[in-house]
Amino acid sequence: MPMIHMTVNGKAVKGHAEPRTLLVEFIRDTLRLTGTHVGCDTSQCGACVVHVDGHAIKSCTTLAVACEGAHVTTIEGLAHGTDLHPMQEAFREHHGLQCGYCTPGMIMSAVDMVNRKGHELSEHTIREELEGNICRCTGYHNIVKAVAAGAKAMQGMAKAAE
Amino acid sequence: MYEFDYHRPGTLDAAVKLAGEADAKILAGGHTLIPTLKQRLAAPKLLVDLHAVRELQGVHLKDGQLVIGAMTTHAHVADSALVKAHLPGLAALAAGIGDPHVRHRGTIGGSVANNDPAADYPSAVLALNATIITNKRSIKADDFFKGMFETALAEGEIITHFSFPAGIKSGYAKFPNPASRYALVGVYVAQHGSDARVAVTGAGANGVFRASTLEAALKGNFSAAALEGKSVPADGINSDMHADAAYRAHLIGVMARRAVAAAH
Ligand SMILES: Cc1cc2nc3c(=O)[nH]c(=O)nc-3n(C[C@H](O)[C@H](O)[C@H](O)COP(=O)(O)OP(=O)(O)OC[C@H]3O[C@@H](n4cnc5c(N)ncnc54)[C@H](O)[C@@H]3O)c2cc1C
Ligand code: FES
Ligand code: FES
Repeated sequence: MPMIHMTVNGKAVKGHAEPRTLLVEFIRDTLRLTGTHVGCDTSQCGACVVHVDGHAIKSCTTLAVACEGAHVTTIEGLAHGTDLHPMQEAFREHHGLQCGYCTPGMIMSAVDMVNRKGHELSEHTIREELEGNICRCTGYHNIVKAVAAGAKAMQGMAKAAE
Repeated sequence: MYEFDYHRPGTLDAAVKLAGEADAKILAGGHTLIPTLKQRLAAPKLLVDLHAVRELQGVHLKDGQLVIGAMTTHAHVADSALVKAHLPGLAALAAGIGDPHVRHRGTIGGSVANNDPAADYPSAVLALNATIITNKRSIKADDFFKGMFETALAEGEIITHFSFPAGIKSGYAKFPNPASRYALVGVYVAQHGSDARVAVTGAGANGVFRASTLEAALKGNFSAAALEGKSVPADGINSDMHADAAYRAHLIGVMARRAVAAAH
């Protein structure tokens, strides 16, 4: 089995994987980072969204071997110790989750959305951009509110870091 | 998934050699191929991943043609300043494929090679009269699409680029299936001098096709008004659980008018 190397949440990692091993399987089963979920395994629900080289992708529809040398960020890579990332905090504050199954993918998608579209996101933009993320609990309303608030709060984060 | 070997060659020559091996399959964005492998509907021995072949990526303007590498992602085409300036309809089409995550991985080459009867890109390639460039030859769009999931590509032949005429007026409108975002009906219209080409996806029982009655109506008068009352016969149009042939045929007229209205 090939040995695969990646940088995951800032740390160099390696592990064996068959060519047919999915990125999500490598993340969950080999690296034991179980925050990334599998909701459908048919590329529709977005529970498995992670960032690869800075872009949100569905890790159930990507081979682990294809990410050799890549920089991967999972939901575990957002918080600093016990300080939640502003987008995580916004989901908590605005009740953007019920069972929480879809939440890691929602948050990774939301952060990617802010990276591409900025901090002022209209409700319409957020709803369009969440096309690839399915939630069976919330009815989306509070997710949309959380993303809008989290996007604004991330601006503060960028300023604080300067 | 069944087992397979995997290679990520760094040059086109190496990729062509590997793709020529028995039961090899090209891997682009994987957003059609990986779901197919998961369902065990295909069992290649070898996947040849094109991501490391640099020359297959990106958009360039050359001699009045917009040249797009086969491995260029939908997100890249949607955001490209060159595509937005010279073929805004094509950028808008790419921006409407699937969802952001699909657009970050899926490629124009994979979409056109796959020729899904509900995919968006084939309509643009056909209406814009693009040329499909492979490792072996150049193929005109009219000779490329051969019916559902069928193309003129030979076994192991790799699409390297697409060449689109830059700066002509064109537009796209799709009625997406609300669940999958694939086209229930999508229509791409393009003005070629006093002629027009109109290509329809999502509706044809044989995949993408040109709507000759609509092309005739737009000849010399490229306006939504010229399409008023014009329709496409329901023969040869798909019927399935999502929409019957009569409804799809009606939608073709509606989407064609919207596409012309959106064209610039
Ligand atoms: C949830 C979801 C929603 C989607 N929604 C839409 C939509 O709204 N509209 C739409 O059009 N599509 C949609 N798609 C499909 C998506 O656009 C795919 O990315 C695309 O159809 C295939 O491109 P790919 O790069 O992923 O190719 P792959 O899956 O890697 O390959 C597809 C096929 O093409 C062959 N191939 C790939 N590249 C080449 C090449 N350069 N030369 C020769 N052969 C090649 C492969 O061998 C394979 O047979 C959706 C997909 C998903 C998962
Ligand atoms: S598990 Fe990947 S999209 Fe649902
Ligand atoms: S909170 Fe339960 S699926 Fe979204």
